[in-house]
Amino acid sequence: MPSTELETGNPKLETDLRELAQDIVRRAMNGGATAAECVVREGDEFSTLVRLGQVETLKESGSRSIGVRVFNGQRAASTYSSDFSRVSLDRMVKSALELSKITSEDPFGGIPEASQLGSLKGDLGLYHEDVYSLPGPDRIDYARRAEKAALDSDPRIKNSEGGSFDAASGHKVLANSHGFVGQFRRSYCSVAAVPIAQTEDGAMQRDYWYSVARTLSKLDSPEQVGKVAAERALRRLGARKAKTAQVPIIFDPMVATSILEHIFEGVNGDSVYRGASFLAGKLGQKIAGDNVTIIDDGTIPGGFGTSPFDGEGVPTRRTVVIEKGVLSSYLLNTYTAKKLKLATTGNASRGLAGTPGIGPGNYFLQPGTRTPKQLISEIKEGLYVTEFLGHGANLVTGDYSRGASGLWISGGEFAYPVEEITVAGNLKEIFFNISEIASDLEFRGSVASPTLRIDGLTVGGE
Amino acid sequence: MDKQVHVDQQRFFFDQYGVTENDLERYLAAALSAGGDYADLYFEYLSSTSLMVDESMVKSASQGISAGCGVRVVSGERTGYAYTDDLSASRILHAARTAALIASAPAKTPVAGFRQTAARSLYPVTLPSVDAEITAKVELVMRADKAARAYDPRIQEVRASYSDELRNILVVGSDGTFAEDSQPLARMNVSCIAKTEGNSARGGSGGGGRVALDFFFGDKGPEFFAKEAARQAILQLDAREAPAGDMEVVLGPGWPGVLLHEAVGHGLEADFNRKKTSAFAGLIGKRVASEGCTVIDNGTMPWRRGSLNVDDEGAPTQETVLIEKGILKGYLSDKLSSRLMGIADTGNGRRESYEHIPMPRMTNTYMLAGQDNPEDIIRSVKRGIYAVNFGGGQVDITNGKFVFGASEAYMIEDGQITAPIKGATLIGNGPDVLTRVSMVGNDLKLDEGVGTCGKDGQAVPVGVGIPTIKIDRLTVGGTAKKDPGGFMQ
Repeated sequence: MPSTELETGNPKLETDLRELAQDIVRRAMNGGATAAECVVREGDEFSTLVRLGQVETLKESGSRSIGVRVFNGQRAASTYSSDFSRVSLDRMVKSALELSKITSEDPFGGIPEASQLGSLKGDLGLYHEDVYSLPGPDRIDYARRAEKAALDSDPRIKNSEGGSFDAASGHKVLANSHGFVGQFRRSYCSVAAVPIAQTEDGAMQRDYWYSVARTLSKLDSPEQVGKVAAERALRRLGARKAKTAQVPIIFDPMVATSILEHIFEGVNGDSVYRGASFLAGKLGQKIAGDNVTIIDDGTIPGGFGTSPFDGEGVPTRRTVVIEKGVLSSYLLNTYTAKKLKLATTGNASRGLAGTPGIGPGNYFLQPGTRTPKQLISEIKEGLYVTEFLGHGANLVTGDYSRGASGLWISGGEFAYPVEEITVAGNLKEIFFNISEIASDLEFRGSVASPTLRIDGLTVGGE
Repeated sequence: MDKQVHVDQQRFFFDQYGVTENDLERYLAAALSAGGDYADLYFEYLSSTSLMVDESMVKSASQGISAGCGVRVVSGERTGYAYTDDLSASRILHAARTAALIASAPAKTPVAGFRQTAARSLYPVTLPSVDAEITAKVELVMRADKAARAYDPRIQEVRASYSDELRNILVVGSDGTFAEDSQPLARMNVSCIAKTEGNSARGGSGGGGRVALDFFFGDKGPEFFAKEAARQAILQLDAREAPAGDMEVVLGPGWPGVLLHEAVGHGLEADFNRKKTSAFAGLIGKRVASEGCTVIDNGTMPWRRGSLNVDDEGAPTQETVLIEKGILKGYLSDKLSSRLMGIADTGNGRRESYEHIPMPRMTNTYMLAGQDNPEDIIRSVKRGIYAVNFGGGQVDITNGKFVFGASEAYMIEDGQITAPIKGATLIGNGPDVLTRVSMVGNDLKLDEGVGTCGKDGQAVPVGVGIPTIKIDRLTVGGTAKKDPGGFMQ
């Protein structure tokens, strides 16, 4: 389809985004770029929130955007637009070329080599039309049912921030001046509930639960989601502060993923080459206990972190990041790989503008064999953390200090809920002190961890 | 129909997109075609620039535009929302009919004629920075890089960035609301890493506001932010472990006002109180802070990052007293909550972009100055910490628990500031933390202009401010097994 038709405001399904991306790359090259790369993104979203049985919001829309990155020798610049008119796209390309005159010559700049480019073959199971298949009233009903299950589960749940159902789909196209052009679609749906539990004296606790999937057929029932959300809110009622102490801490899977994210930031090539990571220069060294193996795999069919190629057109792959406690690979894009004299791991992530960053595929900690219950039963006095507040991890020094709430463990069982406490330590030690890893690995996003036990942390409280 | 709009400023969407008043009335009529109490349209055209220098090279430069229109239909407590990034009549009408699906009643007619919200000029820039010469912006980031490196040879990694934007908006409502604004926003950021044998630390600083480029060529320029970032990184090299547990905490003036934002600001947003999901619900008229505490949200401060001539619903922003001498006075409201709760619209309806539904948000939130000398406040503390710089914070508005992370803090021992301590999270309870404020300094300061607040996935620029204050008890999340000063609660 000739791109001149794009300015008429036709519904986007009629536009050929692949052709458009290639056309933008051609225009950039014709304008004098030595290399160019174009990304086009298109997405639709639906969301509804039902609160106390009544629809509170309904939102349905779509949008698209386009970005171009050009190289003028080894100077780079990028521009983007949400306006697909011929005039705007011409201006976008022209501005990128202009802008590339004022950036610095960077000997490590450039798009990947042609030989590095490619796209995984076959159906990766990322797109399912069924996320939009429910009729409008049924979508609202999903949200309503999730909330109702929470409200009905206990008389102490009288209020709620609602139940919700969301669906979304996205289409991404990437083309570059080595002739690469790739595209993929992804779909997503989720159902959630956020109930509020209340004691007789009026003290409130809120919690949530959700299910997320690429296909409606894999979504948990709204009733299941609502019930778990209610249990999570109820178990927080009557929370008190804990005493300042050093005790073993169990991280539930939701909060354990944050520990993995800190490792991700530590092995992110961008912080490694700058020496901004406490893991810089540690390749081949022991940075965690023998029980810790962490894998990044962008190829798992249906995964939340799966894509056929990364943000630069390099096929995704499986990378062992930590093997039995030894740091075996950083996670890299083309630029950081060149800086570190290594090869890209296919982890480039690209927004509309700017230089590509680094993002995870499906990034997870290998599970152990014991159940979370077994781990808890072995603790005389300790803390089970279910929520963190704030972002207190310093990746340069490894210093770690976060607000937390959860359940106090006494004699191998949950004793009472605790809140308004802190958990602190240093990441360098924390990874060696992961003393137990449970078997309950489940992906609820692109980063996943089983339940963990970590020793040696300080709980701050009264 | 009676047309009351007076053309007294540049009509961006009229000029650039050929929008007419007839069009706007037609879109609003479509939005109310299935009934509803209120409908509005939010047109947005955002252009932005960003630059980053790393390893003394300008590694990235980008520019872009994003434009669209969001249509909202409100019916009772229900909101329907749809948007389009294509400003053609057919796509806006389609969005209006989609948003209209929230209602199911006979069509309503928007009021005839628009009334323009009174013009104000809190950020009268003549040349928006987004249109200024890019070479001047390159100069800023390069100067920042140079100044940070010159500060100390141990500063070995420097990243300096500059970004600006200009947001043109037009808001029209079925009640005759008509507001236009052109909102500039610019900021610089510098982050450094200091390294010595076997030790490293980071520091960061930044600032800006709704200002023109010349702002950064004044005293709050690249050298100011670079030196501040470098100073913090060097200081942190010698920081010792922070203590753990409850203790006295003194907050320095300025950015530590993030305490107010987290501890009370969010909890006073009207939507949470309408739904009774906030720990502050039902506390109007009650004491929530000590006598010395008066907390204000003020969207009308010239040039400030959190300020707006009109909010994203077309209402003028204002100065709102949240807490007066310790007594809770009011909430921050938008149109929906003010109608449903029967309270005044305080002009706090904000949204991230045309893709988002507006809700009550803060603007610039600060505590008024008190009587105490900052030196006296420090002297009054036997053992505690003095926190002067923070990262971000977070709050659970339902149970009131909030955190904020100190990035520059010191021990106070026998009334003297002693050693710097490592970053630590501070945690407290919103509804009572301010009741423990026993001293309020006479040195109110606002932050440099770096705050971005997130709520329900929507980010908006905000400001905070506070004088030096003393909090008699707050939990500090350090690691010190034995307190360096010899105390542990």
